[in-house]
Amino acid sequence: MTVTRAPRPDLLAVAGLCHTYGAGAVATVAIDDLDFEVGQGEFLSIVGPSGCGKTTLLRCVSGLQHPTAGTVTLHGEAISDVPEGMALVFQDYARSLFPWMSVSSNVEFPLSRLRLPRSERRERIGESLAAVRLDAAADKYPWQLSGGMQQRVAIARALAYRPEVLLMDEPFASVDAQTRADLEDLVLDVWRRFSVTILFVTHDIDESVYLSDRVLVLSRSPASVVADIPVGLPRPRDQIETKSADGFVRLRAEVARLIRPARGAETAGTSI
Amino acid sequence: MGEAGDRLTRGLTTVRGAASELLLRSAVVVAGLLVWQLVTMAIESAFFPTPLEIFGRVIETWFSGSPGTLFLTEEVGRNVAPSLMRLLSGWLLAVALGVGLGLAIGRIDWLAAMLGPIVQFTRAIPPPALVPLFLVLLGIGDGMKVGLIAVGVLPPILLNTIDGVRSVDSLQLDTGRVFGIDRRRRLARIVIPSAMPQIFAGLRVSLAIAVILMVISELVASTDGIGFGLLQAQRGFRIPDMWAHIMLLSILGLALNSGLTQVERRALRWHRGARRRSEV
Repeated sequence: MTVTRAPRPDLLAVAGLCHTYGAGAVATVAIDDLDFEVGQGEFLSIVGPSGCGKTTLLRCVSGLQHPTAGTVTLHGEAISDVPEGMALVFQDYARSLFPWMSVSSNVEFPLSRLRLPRSERRERIGESLAAVRLDAAADKYPWQLSGGMQQRVAIARALAYRPEVLLMDEPFASVDAQTRADLEDLVLDVWRRFSVTILFVTHDIDESVYLSDRVLVLSRSPASVVADIPVGLPRPRDQIETKSADGFVRLRAEVARLIRPARGAETAGTSI
Repeated sequence: MGEAGDRLTRGLTTVRGAASELLLRSAVVVAGLLVWQLVTMAIESAFFPTPLEIFGRVIETWFSGSPGTLFLTEEVGRNVAPSLMRLLSGWLLAVALGVGLGLAIGRIDWLAAMLGPIVQFTRAIPPPALVPLFLVLLGIGDGMKVGLIAVGVLPPILLNTIDGVRSVDSLQLDTGRVFGIDRRRRLARIVIPSAMPQIFAGLRVSLAIAVILMVISELVASTDGIGFGLLQAQRGFRIPDMWAHIMLLSILGLALNSGLTQVERRALRWHRGARRRSEV
């Protein structure tokens, strides 16, 4: 097991996290004793086989769900409810965007909590939409846009909130390969520009290595940490150059090998 | 011909399709009226005046006023206005009550557990059966009629609202929670808009029932209103007038429904767009 310390001060810490659905004989353990830290400004990916409890993990970290045991701390303070300064981008953009609001109203939505003056609201909407290159679509409705564009709206909405931590739950799992590559680069771009900390959950090994500073590999259900791998690849990263570099190929093989035995007991048909 | 030309041809074909459909539909209506006219002319029954005579009577009775009163006659103020007042006050009362209560029941579990069975039971009561009860409780005045309409049309509004609120996507609510939006704002900005299509479905059903209850209450006990006029015409053996009242009621029903449809079109523009998109 590879263990490394984050080079930066810890912003978010997960300790002894367990979550069980149901009770007694029908109880299902989704997460079993997870420990990890995320440093300020870090890009951390979490990979694991499908259905290993990654979504449960993010729901616990975001405060949407109370874990059965263990704690999540942000700035050293335990999270009991949804904390300020955290935003979540869901996989299913079509369901998480509001179809009755225009693109700019969707982006404005999280700002209602912050009680900002009108001028600053306008500014943030404009800046967020520009960051995802959707300035021209501000007055459209989400359903008038393609899947990739809708997910960009969801990212803009999260950015407008100016979160310290951006949680992303398999955000690109339902878009085509080319759009996916574009969105990956877009996330790297906003991560650098907005200096936000990103916790990125995916089941795609290439994606996790390409994007991150560190990759956390989870076992199959119940989820526990199998390895914590630092990714030392130089930035800025490039879809073609980075992915053909020796270091990248070595790392993706390492992650794949770690996931494979974890998938061994699983039935065939799970694709990664 | 280039691509633009092709598109033009396709567009024209669609236009032609829509036009011929409209033509066909109006042809059926005209044919129906013609048959009606010819049959009633042939049988010469006092109980079945010709449609031309009925329409003539409708216009003469209600729509032959001066331009200053929008061509409406005094008869409109005497008998149509009270009917409309009862109908709209009863219906609006039920809308406020039904949507408000429906939101609460849909969002609060213990309230649903408590009131659910009662709601289901009251839904099973045919609204006209409440007439005797309301006569006893509220007498024969406007209160009885407004109350009857309000209570009678409540179930479809209430049930549709509850259903709409319950089927709000959990991911949308989670999105609201993640961004720290409080309960009240989640209700106003997520739950209500999301339930709106179903609320409107309830409103449309309830409006039709409201017209029925208005007529019934005026047939049973009234000194004015369209139902009263209808009954007076029948009792005075003024058969064409009776038919004219029936015709007026159907015109009124159509007008109310198309008014509501207009409001719905505006309010739910996003819904039609989103649905069309997901069908593609």
